[in-house]
Amino acid sequence: MADHISVQGHPGSVTSTDDRETASAVVKPPALALGPLGWVRANLFNTWFNSILTILILWLAYKIIPPLVNWLIINSVGPGEGVTAQACRASGGACWAFIHEKYRLILFGLYPYEEQWRPIASILIIVGLLGVSSNRNFWKPWLLAVWAAAAVVIGVLMWGGVLGLPFVRNTLWGGLPLTLILSVVGLVVAFPLSILLALGRRSDLPIVKSLCVTYIELIRGVPLITVLFMASVMFPLFLPTGVTIDKLLRAQIGLILFASAYLAEVIRGGLQAIPKGQYEAADSLGLTYWQKTRKIILPQALSITIPPLVNTFIGFFKDTSLVIIIGLFDLMSASKAALTDPAWRGFYKESYLFVAVVYFAFCFFMSKYSQWLENELHRGHKR
Amino acid sequence: MSDVRQTVAPQVGDDIAVQLSDVHKWYGEFHVLKGINLTVSRGERIVICGPSGSGKSTLIRCINRLEEHQRGNIVVDGVELTNNLKNIDQVRRDVGMVFQHFNLFPHLTVLENCTLAPIWVRKMPKDQAEAVAMKYLERVRIPDQARKYPGQLSGGQQQRVAIARSLCMNPKVMLFDEPTSALDPEMIKEVLDVMIGLAREGMTMLCVTHEMGFAKTVANRVIFMDRGEIVEQNAPNEFFNNPQSERTKLFLSQILAH
Ligand SMILES: Nc1ncnc2c1ncn2[C@@H]1O[C@H](COP(=O)(O)OP(=O)(O)OP(=O)(O)O)[C@@H](O)[C@H]1O
Ligand SMILES: [Mg+2]
Repeated sequence: MADHISVQGHPGSVTSTDDRETASAVVKPPALALGPLGWVRANLFNTWFNSILTILILWLAYKIIPPLVNWLIINSVGPGEGVTAQACRASGGACWAFIHEKYRLILFGLYPYEEQWRPIASILIIVGLLGVSSNRNFWKPWLLAVWAAAAVVIGVLMWGGVLGLPFVRNTLWGGLPLTLILSVVGLVVAFPLSILLALGRRSDLPIVKSLCVTYIELIRGVPLITVLFMASVMFPLFLPTGVTIDKLLRAQIGLILFASAYLAEVIRGGLQAIPKGQYEAADSLGLTYWQKTRKIILPQALSITIPPLVNTFIGFFKDTSLVIIIGLFDLMSASKAALTDPAWRGFYKESYLFVAVVYFAFCFFMSKYSQWLENELHRGHKR
Repeated sequence: MSDVRQTVAPQVGDDIAVQLSDVHKWYGEFHVLKGINLTVSRGERIVICGPSGSGKSTLIRCINRLEEHQRGNIVVDGVELTNNLKNIDQVRRDVGMVFQHFNLFPHLTVLENCTLAPIWVRKMPKDQAEAVAMKYLERVRIPDQARKYPGQLSGGQQQRVAIARSLCMNPKVMLFDEPTSALDPEMIKEVLDVMIGLAREGMTMLCVTHEMGFAKTVANRVIFMDRGEIVEQNAPNEFFNNPQSERTKLFLSQILAH
């Protein structure tokens, strides 16, 4: 085969990469020998604009940080025997005694005090399972079975009524377990649903496609509050008289409807980013539509949509706090309830800060985990 | 309807791998294929060439239904391509395709790329599929890259993996759409060598390419397409030394002057 004639010839490109490599091996980057002072000058005061910015930021830090430290730590009142709201108000600092007094109410809502080990156990199960599920090696069918079993265990724990556990109506559930249940169940159900919606929206079948488009656009065009109101007020209108759906379930359905529409659009973005050649290669090998989707398209589409997916997850996790408007006591509502105690009136800052820290812990974990997962999934086929 | 075809086709001749009769295709108003007639016998190696936009890719993509033709019929190994999904699946299982841009699956290793279709489409046990894959990876001379991801390979290596991936399905016909035109010159030879080896073993091949050396070495027939028609077809020697039509002469002079 000596006589083949190539249509595209790039004689120059053959050697260029080699040249670059040898060149970089010989010429080393200049050594950086900057002292701390040199570093400050080179990075913070290198131009007059940067100098002004640096000074401005230092001044702001001076104005903000000391008072904050004073309030948070130095003047704050910790929990202790006989610490009252009066003592707190007199101190001018944060009243951690208030949080100590009310954290069970904030975290567990109106759940009977003596039974609160049950929501604690539920939270531990959920968090533990999330931890296990975050390991890719465990992404096997049995994990689904474990989740299903966990759902049953959590149901038994929270409701009780069997195994000698006193029955607790779900109108008494509240605080963190409620927030976690609403978001985890919401996402676990909404995610597969959203994949189907995204695939449906790209379907060649006109009926499937228009159904999916209508659903997505309708739900996305309406604020979550409205969806929740509709779920709590309008669902019952469609049901035959005598049949009632529990308020919690209605809220959960509303949240699922909402999340699935948003997630579907995120996933559709990922599907669109997959080159046509991938579909064609899968088709030419004789894979069926579902084999192609499962083995070729979705793994790639989902892996590139991790950042916007997690963005939506985090948004959804916090949006569950809107169930307050239909009278459910999630973490946020429970913290408001804590403020209504006449003996401890007015400690808004502490209460909201506490709730913010709890939300932040979960969201930060999701964010970090997504970064790690992204690296993990891309490690293989990075060049 | 399809069943009739399956019984009729063998009477036409068991040695026919692909038959196109009066195949037409339009993209909207644009008439891409204008009545293509082509019969490919088993073991035949056909090279298709022609100017850009003449419909070469469209033609071979119709053979495994990546594109749908609108008139005429296409019979592959006795199975007619209609809207019947079963027929389409059957044809695709038996026809391998190699693309200009490789189209390997970037999230799967080389080995997984090769075993995916045998496992899921042919329902082959995993270890058997892996043995088959290794056999073909050795054939294309890259068994040592089996655990790598496509992104870690050179273009020439990727294209050889793509060929191995198709071979793992044990196809009766192989389609190539400009398999070397996205490659740097020094990688073209390694891919062509693999294709020549395949041809020697009697694989039925339809290959869109402008590698005229390849055409001379392995083709039984060279087909020249222009504006959606087969303008001329002949044995390579005749085709290159004694072209009949003006369009062929013009095309050959352009491509050889390159
Ligand atoms: N999906 C499409 N929609 C509309 N027109 C198309 C489409 N695909 C191809 N065409 C047109 O059909 C004609 C034939 O395309 P085709 O890809 O078969 O040409 P080709 O002979 O393979 O050319 P090349 O050598 O550039 O690959 C071209 O004019 C092209 O613009
Ligand atoms: Mg082409």
